[in-house]
Amino acid sequence: MPNASARYERPIDPDATSAPLHFPRAHDYRPLMTEYANLGVDIGGTFTDVVLETADGMVSTKVLTTYAAPEDAILDGIAQVCARLCLTPDMITRIIHGTTLATNALIERRGARTAFITTEGFRDVIEMRTESRFEQYDLNLTLPLPLIPRNDRHTVRERIDASGDILIPLERSEVEALADRLRGVASVAVGLLHSYLNHAHERLIRDVLIERIPGVSVSLSSDVSPQMREYERFNTTCANAYVKPMMQSYLGRLRARLAENGATCPIFLMHSGGGIISIDAAAEYPVRLVESGPAGGAIFAAHVARRYGLTKVLSFDMGGTTAKICLIRGGTPKTARVFEVARSYRFKKGSGMPISIPVIDMVEIGAGGGSIAHVDALNQIRVGPESAGSEPGPACYRRGGTRPAVTDADLTLGRLDPAAFAGGSIPLDPVASQSALMAHLGERLHMDALTAAFGLSEVVDENMANAARVHAVENGEDLSQYTMIAFGGAAPLHAGRLCEKLGIDRLIVPPGAGVGSAIGFLRAPYAFEATRSVYMRMDAFDRDTVRDLFASLRDEATAFVRSCDATATIEADYKVYMRYKGQGWEIPVTLTRGLAEHPTAPGFLELFEAEYSSLFGRTVAGMAVEITVWAVNATTPTADPVPVTPTPPRSPVLADERPLFNPASASMVRAAEIHRKRLTDGALIEGPAAITEDETTIIVPAGFTATGRADGCIDVERIT
Amino acid sequence: MTSVAHQIMWNRLISVVEEQAQALIRTAFSTSVREAGDLSAGVYDEKGRMLAQAVTGTPGHVNAMADAVAHFMREIGVHTMAPGDVYITNDPWMGTGHLHDITIITPAFHDGKQVGFFGCTAHVVDIGGRGFGADGNSIFEEGIQIPIMRLRDKGQTDGTLIAMLRSNTREPDQLIGDIYALAACNEIGQRRLTAMLSEYGLPDLSTIATFILDNSRRATLERIAALPQARASSQMVIDGYATPITLAVTVETHGTHVSADFTGTSAPDPKGINVPMVYTKAYACYALKCAIAPDIPNNAASLEPFHITAPENTIVNVTRPYPVALRHVIGHLIPDTVYGALDQILPNTVPAEGAGALCNFQVSLRNPATGERSEVLCFNSGGSGARRALDGLNATAFPSGVMTMPVEATEHAGPVIIWRKELRPDSGGPGTHRGGLGQYMEVGARPGFVFEFSAMFDRVNHPARGRDQAGPGGATSVVLSDGTVKGGKGKFPVPEGLTVRLAFPGGGGIGDPRNRPRDQVQRDLALGYITPDSARTFYGLTDPEIESATA
Repeated sequence: MPNASARYERPIDPDATSAPLHFPRAHDYRPLMTEYANLGVDIGGTFTDVVLETADGMVSTKVLTTYAAPEDAILDGIAQVCARLCLTPDMITRIIHGTTLATNALIERRGARTAFITTEGFRDVIEMRTESRFEQYDLNLTLPLPLIPRNDRHTVRERIDASGDILIPLERSEVEALADRLRGVASVAVGLLHSYLNHAHERLIRDVLIERIPGVSVSLSSDVSPQMREYERFNTTCANAYVKPMMQSYLGRLRARLAENGATCPIFLMHSGGGIISIDAAAEYPVRLVESGPAGGAIFAAHVARRYGLTKVLSFDMGGTTAKICLIRGGTPKTARVFEVARSYRFKKGSGMPISIPVIDMVEIGAGGGSIAHVDALNQIRVGPESAGSEPGPACYRRGGTRPAVTDADLTLGRLDPAAFAGGSIPLDPVASQSALMAHLGERLHMDALTAAFGLSEVVDENMANAARVHAVENGEDLSQYTMIAFGGAAPLHAGRLCEKLGIDRLIVPPGAGVGSAIGFLRAPYAFEATRSVYMRMDAFDRDTVRDLFASLRDEATAFVRSCDATATIEADYKVYMRYKGQGWEIPVTLTRGLAEHPTAPGFLELFEAEYSSLFGRTVAGMAVEITVWAVNATTPTADPVPVTPTPPRSPVLADERPLFNPASASMVRAAEIHRKRLTDGALIEGPAAITEDETTIIVPAGFTATGRADGCIDVERIT
Repeated sequence: MTSVAHQIMWNRLISVVEEQAQALIRTAFSTSVREAGDLSAGVYDEKGRMLAQAVTGTPGHVNAMADAVAHFMREIGVHTMAPGDVYITNDPWMGTGHLHDITIITPAFHDGKQVGFFGCTAHVVDIGGRGFGADGNSIFEEGIQIPIMRLRDKGQTDGTLIAMLRSNTREPDQLIGDIYALAACNEIGQRRLTAMLSEYGLPDLSTIATFILDNSRRATLERIAALPQARASSQMVIDGYATPITLAVTVETHGTHVSADFTGTSAPDPKGINVPMVYTKAYACYALKCAIAPDIPNNAASLEPFHITAPENTIVNVTRPYPVALRHVIGHLIPDTVYGALDQILPNTVPAEGAGALCNFQVSLRNPATGERSEVLCFNSGGSGARRALDGLNATAFPSGVMTMPVEATEHAGPVIIWRKELRPDSGGPGTHRGGLGQYMEVGARPGFVFEFSAMFDRVNHPARGRDQAGPGGATSVVLSDGTVKGGKGKFPVPEGLTVRLAFPGGGGIGDPRNRPRDQVQRDLALGYITPDSARTFYGLTDPEIESATA
C-alpha cells in the first residue's frame, strides 16, 4: 500500500515496551543527535521500502518504485521517515541499500551493448548451455537467448591447460586488432578457459582494452567468479558486464542526489551473500547485488533467530508472486555458490541462467498471494506460477481480475477480513472471489466455493511444503526440529498450515514483516567472500600451498571489508568444498581457524567425513577424497542481539469471534479474532484464531497457541 | 478421504520420487548419473503398478521402470519379501536395456504390511567385460550379469555378490558406491511414504493408487479419443555398425489406444548396438507421449494405452545373448522413426528428424613413458529437428535429455585437451524453419600421451532428413588432423601429436527454405549460423541483402 507508514520494532528498553512510543512534534522539539541513524532501503519490483532506525526505535514506509529514476522513490521515502523522527538527511549516519535493479535488467534484458571475448574454439559456451532440455515433454520448447548474441562474441588465439600452464601464448597484437573492432561497445566481458587458475591472459586483454577504448568497462571472469566450469563462470561474467554500466550510472546518480539532499554519509550495498560492501565494490561487481532483497529477508530472520537463541530455523517469506524458503542454522543463513536467475519456464530449474557467486541459498517457487489457480487435464488443481500481480490483482480486488488467486481462497476461508485488508485501503469483495473459484475450479470438480478455496489453498501450501522438504533433504536436515520464522505479506496466512504439514512445532512472526528485507539490511555485517577453484587430492595434500591459498583469499576478502570499515575487527571463516574423487557434487566443509592456519590432511578428512555422513548417512570407505573449491569469508562481527526472555503466558485474553476455515474438519468453525496490538508481552490466545494487523493476518491453527513477546513478535506454539 | 486430500497425496508422491532422484544424483559416482542425469526413480503400489516416476534425463527408462517391478515380484516371490530386503539386477531384458544400468527395487512396508515398492536405476561407469563400447559379439563379452536377486536379505548385505562384483569390474569402489547410493535413495522414499500414510491415517496405497490411475487413464484416453483414427507407415535408414539399418514402423490410432509396430525393421547386428524390446518400448512410447499427452505424468495407467510391438529377432527386439551395450545409439533414433509415421496422422505436430543419438565418445589415454592411463567419457549433442512453427534447437539433445560436461571438468578428469567445442554453421537443415545446428569438437591429448578414441556416432552416411521440401541437417564426420577419415563407430588409435576433428550432425528443416522470412535469414547470417554461400544457394538471398546482414 503506497505511503502507508507504520512503526515497528519497539525499543529494547524494557521500561518503554508497555508505553506507547513518544512521537516528538517537529515544531517545538528537535531531538539531540542520537548515536546513530541507520537507513535501510530495499527497491523491489512494486515497492521501495525505507526504514530508519535510531536508538529511539524504528520507522518505515513503502513508496511505489519509480522505474525511470529509482532514486526518486528513495528520496521520497527518506523524506517521509526523516520527518517522522524529526531528523534531517544530514543526520543519517549510514545508508544500506539493496535492489532488484540488476536482477530486473537481466530478466528484462535491459543491459548495455556488451561484447564477450573468449578462447578460440569456444565462442558459443554461453549459448550451448548444458546442451539439454529443462522440460522433457515439450516438443515446442524454446531456450532462453544468450545474454550476449553470437555476433558480439569474439575469440582470441590462446590456451591455458587444466594445470594453469600456457599451451598457446596470447599475442598482444591480436588483442589490439580486436579492441579496435570493438569501439562503440560500452562494456566487455572476458572469459578464457582455465583462467581461474591463471589470469595472465585475461589481464593482458583488460590492459589492452582500457588503453585502446576510452571509458570502456571491463569484467574479467578471473575476478568476477574465479571458479571452474566455464558455462557458469562465463555467464556470470557476461551478466556482470551487462549490468555494470547501468548500475555504475545509477549508483553514481544516487550518491550525488543523496548528497544534494544533505545525506553525505557512507552508502553501502547489500549483496546476495548476506553481507554489505562499499558502493565502489558494488559498482565493480554489480552481479553480486542480484537477489540482495531476499538476502536481506534471510538476514532479518536470522536476527530474530539469534534473539530467541534458535539454532535451527526455516525462514519463510511469501509475497505477491513468489515464496522463498531458506535454512538458518546457528543464526546464519545457509549459503551456496551457484544459483539461477531469470527462469523463463514456470520457475523450472535449468530454464534461467546460472550465476556463480556466493549467495544465500534459497528455494524460490512461484507461489504468492497473487498466484492464479486452474484445473488441468488430470482434474488436478494447479496454482501458479502465473500471478495476477497488483494489476489486475486477485478477483476480490475488483480491478478486472476474474481468475481465482490465492488471496481469493484466503478471503473465502475467512483468513482475511474484507474490510480491513491493507488497513482498509483495499476493500475486498468475497462474492467476486467465490464466483472466480466456482467458475474456474468448483464447476469443473463438482465442489462448492468453500471446498474449491480449501483445495486451492492446500495445493499451494503443499507446493511450498514439498519445496521445503526437498531442500531439507538436500541438506541432510530434519525439519521437525526446526522453528519457522515467517514474514512477507502472505506468509502469516499460510505459515501455520505449513507448520502442520512439515511437523514444525513453533512459528515466530516478527513485527515489520512487510519490510523485512530492509530491516535485514540494517542487521547485516560488512562481509565479502573470496572463492577460488584449485584441485587438490588429499593424498597429495600440500600444507604450504594450502596456507598460501588461504592467506591470499583472506587478504582479498579482508580488503573489501576494510574498505567499508577502517577499524573494525575482521573475522575470517574458512571453507573448502570436498568430495570423493569421481563424484560430481562437492559438499561444503567449514574449517576451524586453527586448521586453516595449520592445515593437516587428517584434520580436513575428519571434518569431511563427519559432514558427509551427516548429509548422506554414511561414508564411503576406500575412496580418494579431493578438494575443488576454497573460500574465505571476511566479516565484521555482528553485535549479539539482546535476547528475548519469554514472559510466562497469562491466561487467554478476551477476543472477538469470527468464522474461520478449519482444515482438520474441512469446515468453517468459530475462531478467536484479536488485533496484534492487544497481544502484548505474555498475552496468550488459543487457536483457531486470527490475529489481525494492517498489513496481514496471522492464522493460528487449532492445536496451537499464540503468545505476544516483548520485542513485538508473535510466538505460535503447538500445544503438546 | 476427500478429493482435495487425494490431490495433495498425488503431488506428494511425485515430490517423493523427485527427492529420491535428487538424493541419487548427489551421492552417485558415475559421471553418467551425476553430470548427465542418466537415472530414474519410481514408486509402485503393492500390485507393482507404477504410481509416479521422477522426470530425469532418460526417456529410455520410462516404460522399463514401469515394467521392472513385475519381474521382481515373479522372480523373488512376493510372499518371501520382508522389511530390510533390497533386490538388484542389471538384466538388459528385465531392467533398462544394457548391463551398465543397475536397477534396485526395495519393498515398502507400513505397519508391518507390504504396501508397495520403490525402484531406481542408474548407469554405472564400468561393469567389466570389454568396457563400454560397440565391439562386443555377445552379452557375455559386455560385462558381469546380475540376475534378479537379493542384494540385502532382512538388512543383511550379500557379501558374496559384492565380492564377485568387485573382482569382475574395473572401478569396483565406484560401482559399489553407486549400488549403495541406489539402495539409500529407495530408503529415503520409503521413509517419506510412511510419513505420508501416517499423516493421512491410511493403511496402504490402494485408495490413492485408484485415484491416480483412474484420473491418468481417463485423461490419456480423452487425448487419444480426440485424435483422427488413421494408420501410417514410415522408414528411416541409419548407419548401423558396418552395414546400414532400416528402422520401419507403422503407427495406428485406434480411438482407445495407439499402436506402433516395428515390422519391416532390419535383423540384429553382430555388434553391440542391438536393442532389447523394453528400450524400444520406452523410446517409442516417449515419442508418442510428447506428441499426444505431454502433460500427463508417467504411471502404469498413462502408459497403458500405448501398445508397442516388434517382431522377435529384429534389431529393436533382440533376445539373449545378442550384444546390447550401445543400444542407445539405435534407441535414440526411434522417436524420429515414429514421427515419420505420426506426421502423416497428426499434421503440424511433430518435429523433423534431428541428430537423434547423443554424440558420445570415450577416450583412453596412455603415457608410454610412465605407463599412466586414464579414461574420459564425453556426452555431446547435435542439433534437433525443426518444429512446425520454430527452428530446431542448436546443440541440444532430443530425445535424450542429458547434459554435457563442462570442458574444464573434462580436462581435469584426464590428460585430454578439448581444442574446440562450438556451433557448426550451415549444419541446420535449410527450411522455412531451420534445423538446429550441430557442433564442432576437436580432441587431443596432453603432450606425452597417446590415445584410443571410441566413437559412438550415427548419421555419418544418413543425415537427418527435412520435411516438406526442406533440406537435411549436416552429416557427422570424424577426421584425424592429418586428413584420415574415420567411421562413426568403434575404437581406433590416434598417433601422438594428432587430434580428432568431429563434426556433429544438425537437424532437418521443415518447409521450403525460399519461404523463410528474409529477416530471419539475415539474422542467421549476422549471427554466423549460416554462411553467405548458403544464404545465397538455399535461401535465395541477393548479394546486397547478404552485405547488409553481414555489415
